[in-house]
Amino acid sequence: MADSLNGKAAITGIGETEYSRGADKSSIGLMLEASLKAILDAGLKPQDIDGVIPYSLGPVGEEIMTGLNLTDVRFSAQTPMGGASPVAALQCAAAVIAAGVCNHVLVVLGRRGSSDSRVANRIAAMPQFRQISEFENPIGAIAPAQLYAPMARRHMELYGTNEDQFAEIAVTMREHAMLNDNAIMKKPMTVEDHHASRMISDPFRLFDCCLESDGGTAVIVSAADRAKDSRAPVTILGVAEGHPDSPSTITQRPDLMTLGLAKAAPRAFEMAGVKHADIDVAQIYDCFTYMVICELEDLGFCKKGEGGAYVEGGRIRLGGELPTNTHGGLLSQAHIAGMNHVYELVRQLRGEGGAAQVAGAEIGLVTGYGDLGDGSVAIMQKAS
Amino acid sequence: MSDPYLKPLPEPSIDSLPYWEGLKDRRVMLQRCSDCRTVRHYPRPMCGECHSMEVDWIEASGKGRVYSWTVAHHPFHIGFKAETPYILATVDLEEGVRIQSQLLDVDPADMKIGLAVEVIFGQATDDLVLPYFRVAK
Repeated sequence: MADSLNGKAAITGIGETEYSRGADKSSIGLMLEASLKAILDAGLKPQDIDGVIPYSLGPVGEEIMTGLNLTDVRFSAQTPMGGASPVAALQCAAAVIAAGVCNHVLVVLGRRGSSDSRVANRIAAMPQFRQISEFENPIGAIAPAQLYAPMARRHMELYGTNEDQFAEIAVTMREHAMLNDNAIMKKPMTVEDHHASRMISDPFRLFDCCLESDGGTAVIVSAADRAKDSRAPVTILGVAEGHPDSPSTITQRPDLMTLGLAKAAPRAFEMAGVKHADIDVAQIYDCFTYMVICELEDLGFCKKGEGGAYVEGGRIRLGGELPTNTHGGLLSQAHIAGMNHVYELVRQLRGEGGAAQVAGAEIGLVTGYGDLGDGSVAIMQKAS
Repeated sequence: MSDPYLKPLPEPSIDSLPYWEGLKDRRVMLQRCSDCRTVRHYPRPMCGECHSMEVDWIEASGKGRVYSWTVAHHPFHIGFKAETPYILATVDLEEGVRIQSQLLDVDPADMKIGLAVEVIFGQATDDLVLPYFRVAK
């Protein structure tokens, strides 16, 4: 069981559109553009795709099949876990590949998060937020910033986590984005800039919050024996999803600060057969600065309560012990719901990270986080 | 003519209707499992402890302590624009469940984990009463 998906699948192709605040394409247009790039990057033709997992908000699998003219899809599904969806979709893809159902699964996300429905409206329409909507919207708890801020506040009160540590994360993401040609935020940011940005939902300031972006990102997950012919396959060593207690509501959770990732991470590391010290580069879902701290703890890079101190001193910057979000993350590259994190990990492990390349990166990790606390994590390695 | 009510309205379900009806009588009603007597919230059809679907409704004391909070500055919904900034508190009720609502008339600088609070009620519309909190007297 522990190593059930280790080495069964590899990411063979990646594709992304331009990320922006005003795309001239529809969501399905962005998805198709990214998908075609990923298919060609994998050295495949559209007809080779036999599985499709689109993001759970937006155009459905049938539209992808119609758009790309896929005529032999044997599996389609969604993994409706908000920002945890893309990495959870990798597990779903690897599982159907290991079961022999598919050879090449397209995982794709495209949306107009800036130009069309903004986040507060989006989540109110999502079935997984039904309980939140009924009980918490009427009293004014509406947006993720408001729902997650109490987690950060309690962490600060109990462990002394502070806004300088939040700023370190925001500034690091910005520095990394400035090395990325496909990043939206290119203006330098200082700690003082962070502290001067307006309060959104205390303790979250504007620069603690992710962007709202337009764009599309896709990856191709292929069976290991089919991946050998591709240009630069990256093997999935371990992958897992986890759900916090009381997943449908944050407030009813016994511990607000321990999330689904804490359940997924031990399974992924055991499956991968690697240790934390083996991780050369990490892409951590950063919808808010605090979430990076929480996830580093839930992943086991440090103990609960120590995440604030962990990010100090440049540890998560390029050149540090755990270079994190080398693309700039949701905070400064773009909010493609973490599909851009998957893309970036593959880019790094291929050695194609450009100015943000982590020297000698061989093994890396990517997380997803969403829907109030669901978590997902994949550990990958460049195929030998 | 009163101003239109712009805030989101709840859509009660079979499971939650007694909660919303209780609020009209200015009572916070909680589900308690008829079999193992575990109290739960938000309302839902099955006891997570013993999986019984039999339920009694009990009235909460309305007293609790702050578990965490946020001060909402940015209005994500037009209905709340006039009242920002407001405090959203997550409160541990004496009955052992949590409830989230606005904590009124408190300086954010005085907020702390464990702050003793009590429920008060606000008439939102003719058909809707919402629970809020204030610092316990």
